Formats: sequence, structure tokens, C-alpha cells
Amino acid sequence: MEGHGPLFNVFIFLLAAVIAVPLSTRLGLGSVLGYLLAGVVIGPWGVALIADPRDILHFAEFGVVLLLFLIGLELNPQRLWALRRPILGMGGLQVLGTTAALGGAALLLGFEWRAALMAGMALALSSTAIGLQLLTERNLLPTAAGSASFSILLFQDIAVIPMLAIIPVLAGRHPETTMYSHWISFFTAAAVIGGIIVGGRFLTRLLLRIIAATRLRELFTAFSLLLVVSIALLMQVIGLSMALGTFLAGVLLADSEYRHALESDIEPFKGLLLGLFFIAVGMSVDFGLLLQRPGLVLLMVLGLLAIKAAVLYGLGRWSGLPLSQQALFAIVLSPGGEFAFVLVTVAVASGAMLPAARDLLVGVVALSMMTTPLLLSLNQRFIEPRFAAPTPPAMDVVAHEHNPVLIAGFGRFGQIVGRLLHANGVGTTVLDHDPEHIEMVRKFGFKVFFGDGTRLDLLSAAGADQARLLVVAVDDPEQALRIARLAREHFPNLLLLGRAWDVAHVFQMQDQGVAEVERETFEGALRLGERALIRLGFTAWQAKQAVHQFRAHDEKLLAELYQHFQEDLEVRAAISMSARVRLREQMQKDEVFFGAHRDADWQTSNDGPGRPEPVTGRDTDAP
Amino acid sequence: MFASPDILVLFAHLAIHRSKINRAMIDAISGLERVVFHDLLETYPDFYIDIEREQALLRRAAFIVFQHPIYWYGAPAIFKHWQDVVLTRGFAYGEGGTALQGKQFALAVSTGGLPDTYRADGIHRYPLEVFLRPFEQMAHFCGMRYLPPLVLQGGHDLPEAVIAAHARRFRQWLEDYRPGKATGAHKE
Repeated sequence: MEGHGPLFNVFIFLLAAVIAVPLSTRLGLGSVLGYLLAGVVIGPWGVALIADPRDILHFAEFGVVLLLFLIGLELNPQRLWALRRPILGMGGLQVLGTTAALGGAALLLGFEWRAALMAGMALALSSTAIGLQLLTERNLLPTAAGSASFSILLFQDIAVIPMLAIIPVLAGRHPETTMYSHWISFFTAAAVIGGIIVGGRFLTRLLLRIIAATRLRELFTAFSLLLVVSIALLMQVIGLSMALGTFLAGVLLADSEYRHALESDIEPFKGLLLGLFFIAVGMSVDFGLLLQRPGLVLLMVLGLLAIKAAVLYGLGRWSGLPLSQQALFAIVLSPGGEFAFVLVTVAVASGAMLPAARDLLVGVVALSMMTTPLLLSLNQRFIEPRFAAPTPPAMDVVAHEHNPVLIAGFGRFGQIVGRLLHANGVGTTVLDHDPEHIEMVRKFGFKVFFGDGTRLDLLSAAGADQARLLVVAVDDPEQALRIARLAREHFPNLLLLGRAWDVAHVFQMQDQGVAEVERETFEGALRLGERALIRLGFTAWQAKQAVHQFRAHDEKLLAELYQHFQEDLEVRAAISMSARVRLREQMQKDEVFFGAHRDADWQTSNDGPGRPEPVTGRDTDAP
Repeated sequence: MFASPDILVLFAHLAIHRSKINRAMIDAISGLERVVFHDLLETYPDFYIDIEREQALLRRAAFIVFQHPIYWYGAPAIFKHWQDVVLTRGFAYGEGGTALQGKQFALAVSTGGLPDTYRADGIHRYPLEVFLRPFEQMAHFCGMRYLPPLVLQGGHDLPEAVIAAHARRFRQWLEDYRPGKATGAHKE
């Protein structure tokens, strides 16, 4: 099957995924198992449509990198800091305990002690990709078990670094030079991570702002990917975990206003590459080896899962996870992980492990990855129902905060609405695509998302399904209509308020179900008109009444006109097309209305029961 | 039994979101078919009163009630403004001003001070009735029959049970109203 172009491979991958994943989810087994099985089918041991999975695996690892970047985006530094205990405590105990237990088991199987220790370390790590995918897919990440799993996976990602460093030392290869070079690489690593922290915090935001100012969506996507790729490459060069580096970058951008734009841009790539990764894992299961020594492989897979699950179960009990979640917690993190592939490869390269052992371990890890989704489904179907109590969300690792009001467009108009609400303690989330607006309002503590409200993903990310009101305050009439249409379609519970350009736009907005529409210039013009009346000698009260009356008349007129607008296509066309037609119509009605009233004293002609006496209330408590 | 609502309750309160008594009273009468409840400040927050609409409401009612807390020995300001602009010559009094003739009028008011503060030796020095006389006279001037008010005094720290009982009494008071017949007077 060599010689097929890359396009053919892409075709095979997509086809396999499109067939296998829906089947698997339909059977209640989740997407991960679907991808893995698809990989088995198209791989060397299936119909062998793709010969060598290794390159693909390598490429698809980038999916894990993107996954970690996205997770980082959900966790701002404060939240990460709040998680430090579970990360260090749970994570540390899991890695140490499991390494010891699995290393012991490997000794029993006849591994040499150093190889056994390396195997123990490699297998102690769980699959971030599978674990998090399983948890997010089943919406379990916000549970206590999900949070604990996440902490451990994060610690494991960090633990890979010293593990990679210690393997050559264990192998006893040139300890002096190795130690020396390790010091060097330690400092390089520290410098690079420091660079990422500084760069992520300041430089990246600046660049994002510049890119955003071009208003080219694809350029923003390109830059997002470039950002992740370049950090991954940087980490690779200094020999650190790419996933860890991008995770860090994600964390640093988590409280930036571009977070959701980045999220929605990277998300599809992550999904595809992660799927590809799972397919590649499925392909790399060496069934030849499995068939050669089925007993041993089976024993090792079961042993691996049992030992890891046992340690995790103990940890879960010890940390006081809810009973109903302990099994889940133990299962999710029980398979071997993608880092095992890396570690055993390094171990073989260091000379401390035989290539045969590597093939065996890789096979065992891959198989364990396949059994986990299955086990989890069994757990959900048979074990969890015994604990009738629903699992309450315990920690909001990835929960968004939700404001009751969204404002789309934060220019001259939206700002005033926003300031008024803000001043009265109403939580407001702002969507705007002008970097200058964003920068300004972010300083005042608004929650700001970069992008315009015509994007469904952005509206969702900003919490449109939880908010009560959406104020459409963009300065482009067409865009305002698009946002209203989109919001009405996808968030029917959201009450819409809109800024309208002119009368025709008022009607169009009303057609889109916008509950409150305000012409952008109307109130300001009335205010100025009122002052003009005062300058001409009207009393303030008189002028105010005149304005009230005019407004009431105009609103009534507008309501009548809207009815015509809805009923009569010709009127509709005339109103929509010509501002002059509208004005003429309005002025004619004004004449009819005010002509009749102008001479009459429209104020009260109440000369009845005299002037009121003022009430003086000295020394009284107001009753 | 009643073809159309015949009781109009006009209401105003500057801080209804903090009110206990008036809140309970409103809740108690919500859903009564014969009652039109009309919150003046909610309808006219900037005091621009739709005169024709108000006069139409008055014409349709047989029993008109002002419900409000007592502020400075009277009603909240919008009631005064409402009187000034709605009860005009030719409508409520004067030549042709017979729209309110024969209707009944009553107050449903609450005061912060306890009853004994409204005495010659109390801080308010006069009985509450004295302060309510402008309303009595308004009714009289417009040809309406003034019924004894429904009063709850000492609103600052009344027990929940007393407030709840008062709210029920308010509801009963409105339900008991019969055209042309005086409803029982209550005073706490």
C-alpha cells in the first residue's frame, strides 16, 4: 500500500473516523474507542491500508499538544495556584506509588532492576489524551473525580521531565558529562520557561492585538496555530514536554480577552488531530506480538490496569472522593499513556532496556488504552447506577462564570449601556472586535471577548445560554440583524435589546424578535431639542412636557407604521428604501396631531382646589 | 358574577422592592378579577401621565382606592401630580365635570409611626384622620362618597403575622365591596 499520496491517507483517516466514531458513540462507548478501533482496522494488522503508523503517531501527538493548550486556556494562573495541593499531593503520590508497584511487578516478570524501574515510570503515566477526552465527552471534568484526574495528569506531564533526565543516568552512561549537560539543559529549560511566561503574558497579547486589528479571521487562526507550534518546537529543542510548554502558554493567555477566540480557532484542529492520534495508537498495536505470547500480554495488560487502578482507588478513598466517583477515578487514569511510548524509546536508546521489551510494553500500553473506554462504559452502566446520588459538580476547574448581560459591540453606544449597567452592579460581558475598545474596557473590570457577535461559538463561549439579556449595540445595521437572528435561533431564552440605525432598521430588528429597540440618535436629539426650547424661553417644565408629548406621539406613530410595514409590502418597500418617504409620512402625522393641540393649553387647565400648601416636617421622623 | 372590573386600585411606593406591608397587600389582591391594580410610578416613572388613559380608567371604576404609604402626611408626590393633571375641570368637577359622581373612594394607607404617635401628645401631634382630610375633601368635591380608610400603623417593625393578617383584610375589604354600599371600616 506504499506509494499512495498523502491525500489518499487523509481520505482513509477521515473515512475510518466518520464510520467508526458514530458507531461507537451510538453503542455508548464514546468516541475514543471508535477512533482506536478505526485505527486497528485500517492499520497493518487490519486491512493494512496504512503501512507505517509511526510517522502519523508522531504527527498526531500534536493533537495532545493542542489539547493541553486548550486546557491551559481554561485555567488562569490563580486557578492553577488554587489547585497546587491536589496537583502535588495526589499527582506525586500517584506517580511514586504506581512506579514502585509497577516496577516491582516488572521485577517479578524478570526485568533487570533498572529496566524494571524505567518500565515502572513509563507505565505509571496515564494518557492525558484519553483521560481528558473521556472526561470532557461525558461532561465529568467538573466533578471531584474529574478535577482529581486532571491534577494527576498535570503532575504527570511535569514528571516526564525529570524522568527523561534520569533514564540516561540510570543507564550509567558517562555520568559526569551527563550531569554536566543536565545542568546546562536545566538552565536552558528554566530560561525558556521564563521566556514563555514573560512572552505569553506581554508579547503574545501585543501580537494578538496587532493581528486582531487586521480583522482577518484566518490570519488570527494562523497566528493561533503558529503560537502553539512555535512553543511546541521550542520545547522540543530543549527536550521538554511540548504539551507542558503549550499548557503553560495556555494558562498565561487564560485571562486574556482573546481566550475564547483562540479556543474556538484551535478547537477543531485539536479534535481532528486528537482523533488521528487515537487512530495511530490503534494502528500501532502489534498484534503479531500479541499472538505470539497472548498469555503474557493479557497478563500484563490486566496487571497494568489492576495495579494502577488499585493505587488510584486507594488515593481516591484517601482523598475523600465521593463513593460513586471512586471507581470512575480509578478507571479513567488506569491505562498507560502516550508518554510511555516516548520513555521506553529513550530507555532502549540508553541501552538499559531491550528492544523486545519495548515492543511488548508499547503493545501493552496501546491495548490498555483501548480497554479503558470500554471499562468506563461498563462502569457507567453497571457500577455507578448503584450509587443513586447524582454526582454534584465539586470544583469548577473548567466552569465559566456567567454574567446576566451580554453586550455585542462596545463602541460609542454599547459603552454607555455597559457603563450604566456596570455602575449598578450588573455583571456585563462584552463582545467587540476592536482591539482598542477591548483594551480600554478590560481595565475597568469588564469581561471582554474578542470577536463579533455574529459568531455562534463566540456567543456560546460568552455564556449566551446562561445570560438573560443580549444588548446588540454594534454600529453596523446588517451585522446587528445577523446577531439578532443568530441569537433568536440558538438561544431562544435570551431577551434581545437592540440599537437601531433608523426607523426601517427598528422594524427589521422587531421582525427579528428584538424586544426593545432604540433608535441610536433619538434620545440625544430630543434632549438637545428640549434645551433649544428652554433657550427660546420655555420653562424647563414646559419643555420637558413638550418632549414627553412628542416622544409619546412618535412612539405611537412608529407602532402604527410598523403595522403597515408588516401588512403592506408597498409600504414596506417605501419605508425600507427611502428615508425621505419616512420623514414625509412622519411630518404629515405630526402636523395632524400637533396642529390640533398647538393652540390649546395641553397642560392641565386645573384651576380647581387652589395651590397646595407645602408640608413642613421639622422634627418629625418621616412617617 | 362581575362582568368587568369595578375596583380601581391606584398605587405608588418609592421603594416597593424594600416594602413588606404594601408588597404583601399587592400579592394578596393579585388575581382578583374585579380589581384593576395600577402602579403609577411603574407606569409613569418620569411623571408624564397619560391623562386620557387615566380618565378612562376612572370612568370604568365604581370604587376607587389610593394605596400607598404615608409620606410627609400625605401621598407620594405622583399622587398629587396625578390629581393635578387628571382630575381636571370639566371631568371631575365644574361644568360638565360629573365623571366621578356617585363613585366611592377610600384610602388603603400605612404609616411608619405607631398609632400613639398620632395624638396630641405624640410626635405627629394630630390624629391621622386630620392628615387624610385633603383626600376626604377631594372625594367630596368630585361627588364621590368617602369611605373609612384601611390603615396599618407602625410599619417599621411589625411582626410578619400582623402584616399577613392585614394583607388578608385588604383582600377581604375589596371583595366585600358592593356597589352603593359602604364597606366596613378598619383601623389598627
